[in-house]
Amino acid sequence: MSDSISLAEICISQASKAWQDDGEILATGIGLIPRIAAGLAKLTHNPDLMMTDGETYLISEPAPMGKRDSSADQVEGYMSYSRVFENLWGGKRHAMVTPTQLDSFGQTNISVIGNYDSPKIQLLGVRGFPGNSINHKNSIFIPNHSKKTFVEGEVDMVSGMGYKNKELSNGIFEIKRVVTNLGVFDFNGKNNCMQLLSLHPNVSVDDVIANTGFKIAIQSDSITSMPSSEELVLIREVLDPQGIRNTIFGE
Amino acid sequence: MNKVLTHKDVLDHLQSNTIIGIGGWGARRKPMSLVREICQSDIKDLTVVSYGGPDVGLLCAHKKIKKLIFGFVSLDVIPLEAHFRKARQNKEIEVMELDEGMLQWGLRSAAMNLPFLPTRVGFGTDVLTHNPELKFVTSPYKDKESFIAMPAIKLDVALLHVNKSDEKGNTQIIGPDPFFDDLFARAAEKTFVSSEELLSTEELGGKDGAIFNRFERSLVTGVVHSPCGAHPTSCSPSYGFDTKHLKEYSDSAKSFNDYADKYMNKTHQDYIESVGGTEEITKIPLPQF
Repeated sequence: MSDSISLAEICISQASKAWQDDGEILATGIGLIPRIAAGLAKLTHNPDLMMTDGETYLISEPAPMGKRDSSADQVEGYMSYSRVFENLWGGKRHAMVTPTQLDSFGQTNISVIGNYDSPKIQLLGVRGFPGNSINHKNSIFIPNHSKKTFVEGEVDMVSGMGYKNKELSNGIFEIKRVVTNLGVFDFNGKNNCMQLLSLHPNVSVDDVIANTGFKIAIQSDSITSMPSSEELVLIREVLDPQGIRNTIFGE
Repeated sequence: MNKVLTHKDVLDHLQSNTIIGIGGWGARRKPMSLVREICQSDIKDLTVVSYGGPDVGLLCAHKKIKKLIFGFVSLDVIPLEAHFRKARQNKEIEVMELDEGMLQWGLRSAAMNLPFLPTRVGFGTDVLTHNPELKFVTSPYKDKESFIAMPAIKLDVALLHVNKSDEKGNTQIIGPDPFFDDLFARAAEKTFVSSEELLSTEELGGKDGAIFNRFERSLVTGVVHSPCGAHPTSCSPSYGFDTKHLKEYSDSAKSFNDYADKYMNKTHQDYIESVGGTEEITKIPLPQF
């Protein structure tokens, strides 16, 4: 099985580790890879995690990707948008998101590219990023690690706060883990600088440096560990039986 | 007591240069038939407050918005709202961009008749940079912590779409998530609801139905019977969002005339026929994620 492990599967396995020490909180994986990863975390390292069906209900087992018979979901609780806000203000949540820009302070942007008053590209708006970043842990998945995403200086519109304002969050602000198509990172370097934890197969430190708009530390240049055979079975047969994950990198 | 109005009647209660809140969330349960009615009127220069979807985009396409108070604008299946995007990139609208929770706080503050509610949300972000009118408040208790004083967002009018209503304005939202419609109603001077079904009070189902009554009838000024009135957005549990139509709508940002010819300047009934009729719309499955 191990000879055909895809990059998407490596990213899912690595991203799932973000939630392993969280205990009984709400795990929110926004987007394809983060969502499968949150499900994998629940089925492996942290069965106590709470997850939604992507709409309004908390369900006992992670919802698989693609079409399913949702009437078979074991609903165990309720999580309307209002409830999500209340939950997150209390800090009992860990989200994994994909910002359009990220900077050396861990600040994120999903609002606009370019000048705010005359945007080059209008994106979504800040959504819940200000509240998420100041109230609970967050992790990040980036499918296209480049200087366009990991920007020099600061992001164009700070939507999620960063380490330079950590004291304003009563010490809560944290980017737990950053998984990209090139490697795995965290912000536990000196002065919360972003640091490389491992490189995916066939990626060099130079590749990472050349595609990152700010200075990073190299904590380790080892090769990212591969998903276990148990994880591969869960990803392939339980969480994403239709293989939708493979669309993310065109695998 | 009879609060039943036509779509056109609602226009008599709306004015240019006022603040209108629109319920729903993204591409979910938006009062689109009322929004289309505004688009077809000479009302303009609105300040719109919304968890935005095609309501915001369609109003942008008709140049009805002076200022938008928002946290996001998205069509869900199509993440970026092309008409909103165009209006913003062409500098056609002013914005007050807020965290989703700050927007809720502003509505809740208005709903509670308070001038503001305190929050940490927004600190360390450019929400503060771009909204210099936001002020701060210090806790009078021994923590002495400083907060953003999120000001009340008072609405002149709220527009909501619900599943059921009687003619007195006893409404029910049957879909599992009422979003923040109750706060929009409480924050507004007047609230107008469009409703999938217009029923007798008895038909609302007594105690079993009343748990779906998310805000009381005294908040409701008028009720419009509007079957499939949320189209092309979803109205759980009756129908999902019309992905094909949303795509056509989104693509029309390049050139709006064809879309307008096909779907605008129609009565609600004619609009519904133009998109396939209620029978077809109610076959659209609910979205699944």
